Amino acid sequence: MSLETSASQTVGPYLHIGLTWLVTENLVAPGVDGQPITISGVVTDGDGAVVPDALVEIWQANTHGRYAHPEDTRDLPLEAAFKGFGRSPTDKDGRFRFTTVKPGRVPGPDGTLQAPHINVTIFMRGMLRHLVSRIYFPDDPANAKDPVLSSVPAARRGTLVATRTPSKPHALTWNVRLQGDGETVFFDT
Amino acid sequence: MSTLKQAQKRAAKAPAARPAPSAGKPNTLMSYRPPDRGTQPDLLFPPYASTVKRAPSQALVRLPSTLSEVTGPLFGYDRIHANDYDLTAQHNGDPIGERIIVSGRVLDANGRPVPHTLVEIWQANAAGRYPHPRDQHDAPTDPNFTGCGRTLTDSEGRYRFVTIRPGEYPWRNHYNAWRPAHIHFSLFGPAFQTRLVTQMYFPGDPLLEYDPMYLSIPTERARKRLISTFDWETTIPEMALGYRFDVVLRGREETPMENDMRHLLKGL
Repeated sequence: MSLETSASQTVGPYLHIGLTWLVTENLVAPGVDGQPITISGVVTDGDGAVVPDALVEIWQANTHGRYAHPEDTRDLPLEAAFKGFGRSPTDKDGRFRFTTVKPGRVPGPDGTLQAPHINVTIFMRGMLRHLVSRIYFPDDPANAKDPVLSSVPAARRGTLVATRTPSKPHALTWNVRLQGDGETVFFDT
Repeated sequence: MSTLKQAQKRAAKAPAARPAPSAGKPNTLMSYRPPDRGTQPDLLFPPYASTVKRAPSQALVRLPSTLSEVTGPLFGYDRIHANDYDLTAQHNGDPIGERIIVSGRVLDANGRPVPHTLVEIWQANAAGRYPHPRDQHDAPTDPNFTGCGRTLTDSEGRYRFVTIRPGEYPWRNHYNAWRPAHIHFSLFGPAFQTRLVTQMYFPGDPLLEYDPMYLSIPTERARKRLISTFDWETTIPEMALGYRFDVVLRGREETPMENDMRHLLKGL
């Protein structure tokens, strides 16, 4: 039996009522391996206006490169205290924020390894389907050979790589530009 | 706690020490099939005015299915409370409005149930009002109704909510714009690729044919899938009308043989 997938619809402006209970901006419980880092950014629209009613979700492996999911059966440390899921609604300034760890590398297509990355889902009023993107890490030598980054036109790759705050080595910035100059790369998954 | 450098070093080293599972067998990862043509709205749909400045202008880049996409967050009962499925029992008094039972199944596109998956809902009260600072509609809020619920599907993919029928409400998309009665649904499924946020509508709602969100769905068949059906089976005498709403998430790629086998087994 084959069924048609249900249509996506927008979360609308009142998403907070249903989705705030599971807000998870700090993924790092005590004892989790890896250096805690912060990743924060601002969502802006085609006019450059901030988007105060978006919701950003992330999904990532732990610092050892293991996903907390039964289909990741690799013999790598699984940490009960690290689930790899985050959810952050943007505030009135369009800003979302996470405290997490840099994930380890995970397999890519055809036996390759992917560079460390965080998988991102973005919901908002005015978005009939959620957006999918990725956050990569600055100065990681694995970025150069990452199969997904390599599939993105070179001029746009930078939109997927977070930037480091010079005075704060563990604070990363990753902004989301929905439309126009420097438009973030979004994926069809 | 190790330093960032040590963690990076270990992380970079770990997979090299143990060969990645996909090495040598590149086609073992079964991705989730993209949704069928005509089932999903375009991101830019100008009749829904807010899409115009928010929809990306560049084409989406095709993402291969890797371990990152076929895994995804899983949630258990540790986060769900007893009254979370019953939106009429979350305050001291009864909410105003018509009690309804909303139930159904979460299935994948291969027709298999999606068990133990989180379902989150939110909705307006009977007067068409959300208790939200951005909702300025001149209709009463209800101190006994927040409009937020959640549950996990059972082993057969079934879920059930008790709530009240949401009211229609005006919005400022265009002149005299009114949203049909609806309940927002958020579902995760087993993988990053199966995430879905949608809306459930009610049968016979005259506003549907004027609603840009509903009309953004390309085909009539896909639109109809978002309309719940009245259901005698789940209607409770003297208590509440039942509405049935099944949600279909993306299903895994299957080889033709697997597909045939399943059809054969079903016939037995």
